[in-house]
Amino acid sequence: MTKQKDLILYSGLIILGLAAPFLFSAFKVQLTYLCVLIVLAMTWNLQGGEMGYNSFGNILFYGLGMYLTASVQVGMFFPLAEWTESGGEKTFVHTTAQYFQGIGVGLLVSAIVPAIVAGAIGYAILGLRGHYFAICTLGLGIAAGEIAGGIEIIGAGQGFTTPPFPAEIVDVEARGKFFYFLSFALLIGTFVFVKYIYGSRFRLILNAIRDNEDKAEAMGIQTMKYKIVGWMVSAFFCGLAGGIMGGLIGYIDSTDVAFDGREMGVFMVLMAILGGKGTLWGPVIGATLFHFFKEGLWTLILGWQYVALGVLIVVIVVYFPEGLMGWLREKYPERFGEVIDDKDRKAQVELK
Amino acid sequence: MDFLIFKAPMLMVQASLDGILLGILFALIAYGMALQWGVMNIINIAQGDLVILGGYIAYTMYLAGIHPAWGVVVSPIIMFFVGWALYKLVINKVVDRDLFISILATFGIAIVFQQLMNFIFGADVVVAQSEYGTTMIFDNSVTLPNSKIFSAFISVLYAVALVVYMKKSRLGRAIRATAQNARAAKILGVDTEKVYAATFGINAALCGIAGALISITLTLHPYVGLPYTVRSFMIVIVAGLGNLPAVALSGMGLGLFEEFADYILGTEFRIGAVFMLLVFILVYRRFKLSKKREYLK
Repeated sequence: MTKQKDLILYSGLIILGLAAPFLFSAFKVQLTYLCVLIVLAMTWNLQGGEMGYNSFGNILFYGLGMYLTASVQVGMFFPLAEWTESGGEKTFVHTTAQYFQGIGVGLLVSAIVPAIVAGAIGYAILGLRGHYFAICTLGLGIAAGEIAGGIEIIGAGQGFTTPPFPAEIVDVEARGKFFYFLSFALLIGTFVFVKYIYGSRFRLILNAIRDNEDKAEAMGIQTMKYKIVGWMVSAFFCGLAGGIMGGLIGYIDSTDVAFDGREMGVFMVLMAILGGKGTLWGPVIGATLFHFFKEGLWTLILGWQYVALGVLIVVIVVYFPEGLMGWLREKYPERFGEVIDDKDRKAQVELK
Repeated sequence: MDFLIFKAPMLMVQASLDGILLGILFALIAYGMALQWGVMNIINIAQGDLVILGGYIAYTMYLAGIHPAWGVVVSPIIMFFVGWALYKLVINKVVDRDLFISILATFGIAIVFQQLMNFIFGADVVVAQSEYGTTMIFDNSVTLPNSKIFSAFISVLYAVALVVYMKKSRLGRAIRATAQNARAAKILGVDTEKVYAATFGINAALCGIAGALISITLTLHPYVGLPYTVRSFMIVIVAGLGNLPAVALSGMGLGLFEEFADYILGTEFRIGAVFMLLVFILVYRRFKLSKKREYLK
């Protein structure tokens, strides 16, 4: 019965996702953003929610993926240094085939390299716990932005213009559709993978690490191995998300677009918490709500959006740390498969 | 090695003196962070933004025609109440909770502060002119702005005053008692809520002093708060909580590191170097502790 329900739900969502760019043709860019935001929130949740390692540094992989995709896409065919030197004026033009080859290889690289980086620094960084880990990753993310802003070959402070969508394709809608379907494919891939993790022993180990790492270790779990693998999974998908966003935005700035700790880096934490940490659907719902809220309000309160964002963070964190799913779970525990005695319920009511 | 700094030894003297004077200022901010961390178990990401706000208070005085050095008196008074209000509004709800919640909540506060300062004071880099002139030493080959010497002097003065106050006064004793054991202090009649508010206020006041000094020695900008937070965090994790000489020393060490990084790596990597140093310090501590099968707590 539930299987059938799930099937209907998922196929409905996929059909909705596939039809969305045609139904809401004007909002393709927003929908692409939404897909990427959901991916970021879900991968952050794997870390912050399931493993208990609240990272501010996943933006590192996002930015890395963004720079890598663009660099590979350019570097495969043209000298990279001259490309960034010329800034907006393009002396080199990608042909259609080159563009798609480039972005394909670029995305591949932007998935693999951040995962390798996560694996390489994981052993050092993941030995830190709690708030030390949080601050250390915060430092990493900002350092990456500052350092990227000083490297000449990727544009330094003046930014990096990613290759424009090939002009030979006449259909003006093509660019939006291409990036939307790319991000939608990424979303489905991430969701399937995360759902697989949720049904596996791996998730239980991550939860054990979150609840009591020392005990988990005492039970014979090689916690470090699993922590690193968990972080690498996050990095893999964050890198891909970054690569897609770089192509969509068309311009990479070191601190405002790529290693954007002030926006994306905070958003992913906030979305996961808003939806509910440590649940499969929480980040999805959180990201969707947040995106609608952001797009709806941002234009109304122009200039005040960061104030609103800051207040939102404080309110959510202070008053609503369990998130939407946590709240629902408390309200309707049966829906989440928790069995509660009538006696318990009565006792609860009397207590209140 | 073709770095300029190794060719000209005088530059090293210059960088060292600059670094030490700057480090004393950092140590003052770090002392405030150590205080609230020790007493309330809170990591305040908005620390740097409190500093910048304090600086803007001094800058406003400068615009109004008052000498900005008076900021070191006015700014802490205003900032004390800002800190108190902040405590009553937000911080009191995160004191007993997970540290991550305090990090994230203060991060939110930091964003609000940055943006409000951006609205009120504009997004330009500003500096308040103290017109103190400069001191030339070693045959005019090393220049020291008097404002830096002044700021180091004032920092030391306030730090010593605060230590004496914490040792001797009733509130100071209450704060130390709460830091040791909040529950016991409460049972023995200490109004911990008030102690927490006062602690946060004192921290904000320290930030105010540091900010006023920064407004005359360095530059102000609404978005440069976070590096100050990270610097003070770094100093605290190296020096430990409540060890003032160590805080001062590691502050100076950080100042030296920054000045040398500035010369060797280039100014564009200065902030990046600070953040990388944070990562390295944490990772170093982690490996050192993991030999004893312990971890940073």
